[in-house]
Formats: sequence, C-alpha cells, structure tokens
Amino acid sequence: MKVSEIVKTLNLEVYSGCKGLDKEIEGGYTSDLLSDVMGHADSGNVWITLQTHKNVIAIASLKEIAAVVLVKGYKPEADTMAQSNEEGIPILGTDMEAFEITGLLFNMIKG
Amino acid sequence: MTMHFEYKIEGGDFTRAGYASSQVKRSLKQLNVDPKVIKRVVVALYEAEVNVVAHAYSGIIEVYIDTEKIKMILTDKGPGISNIELAMEMGFSTATPEVREMGFGAGMGLPNIKKNSDEFKIESEVGIGTKLEIVVFIKQ
Repeated sequence: MKVSEIVKTLNLEVYSGCKGLDKEIEGGYTSDLLSDVMGHADSGNVWITLQTHKNVIAIASLKEIAAVVLVKGYKPEADTMAQSNEEGIPILGTDMEAFEITGLLFNMIKG
Repeated sequence: MTMHFEYKIEGGDFTRAGYASSQVKRSLKQLNVDPKVIKRVVVALYEAEVNVVAHAYSGIIEVYIDTEKIKMILTDKGPGISNIELAMEMGFSTATPEVREMGFGAGMGLPNIKKNSDEFKIESEVGIGTKLEIVVFIKQ
C-alpha cells in the first residue's frame, strides 16, 4: 500500500516530504520513545507518534521509515519539515489519538 | 585495507544527532554490506551518538571498516558513569527531564547497543568521560 493511499482514505494532512508519497508501506510502529523505535521499528513501517522535533526524521531516515503520522493535531517543527522535504519522508497528521489511528492503519495494512 | 572516518560530537546539540550514523550508513551501502549488518551498525552507532549528545560535553567517533568488521570507538569528555552495571540495565537512565520529553532517555540506549553489536566494551571514569568500543562483524 502506498503512503498516498492512507492519506486519501484516512483524510490525513500532508505537512511535508511530498516526494515520498509513493513509498510502499509494510506495517507500522506506534511509539513516542525514540530508542524503542530505533530498536524495534522495521523499514517500510509507518511510524505513529506525537514527537515533532527534527530527530524524528533522523531516526525515520536511518530506519527507512515510509512515513511519519503525527497524532492529536500535533504539527511538525519548521526544521523537522525541512529535513523531511530533504529526505523525502512524508510527515502526515491527524486529529485522532494514537490508539484510533493505529487501529485504522492496522486494519488497512493487514487487509 | 581499512577505511577510517572520524566525527566530532557536541554535547547537547540534538540537531546534529544521527549525522555520523547516516554518513556511516551511506558508506556501508556503497560497499554493498549486507543490509542486516547495516541495520545493526546504525542502531548501535545512533544510540551511542545520542548518549554522547545527551550526557557528555563533547566526544569523538572513530569508525574503522575493513573486510571483516566495522569497529566504532566513541570517546567522550563528560561526567562518566559511576555504576556501569546499573547503566546497562534496561530502563535505567540519568537523562534530564528535557531530554526525556523528546522521547530520549528511556534507558534503552546501552542495552540496544549491546544487542546490536558482536563485541561491546565500555570503560568509564567519573568526572573524566566514557569510552565505548563497538564491533559488528560483516559476515554474521
């Protein structure tokens, strides 16, 4: 499933990193602890978090994360967006809480 | 033949955290190293880099790549670790509230490094600094 498909189906905001909207999603990981993501997320995952700072993209890039989804209306910081554009890793957003968006994404991806 | 890279780390500068890891990742990709090996190196080096940023005043990363292994040595000037055994425990951290708020400092760094390395050595002197030696073999 492409990142653009989850954007469309779940009506997600696209903050930055549009270059990466064609990336393929294989699974997801939900966590706000960066070491947890570093240790356990897989490449091609969509990462659901409330962290908005630049290190999110550093980790997403190192782990080859397909896209980051910010929950509860959190918005990325300016330098986070700049980095996301540079790396081509989309930052998406939703007003939903992590539990809800994770559930919806889980059902979409496993299906 | 050994390739050698060196990077400086500034304590407290989170905006640069991950720079060395991403450079090393790029080089290993160019050398066609097994992606599984690259993943281990990246996790170990990133965590080690963040530890220096989060806890030390400054540090140096030396990376040596040969046909058998990737060796990473991180030497920092900083407060040091008084109880290494405790610091190696999952969940133990001395990170500041600011660092924790960013999602770092969950006490997973050192265990993550150990898990993703084939050889792991840590030496520390309180008030002087810490030295980490991490080796990942290219043929797993």
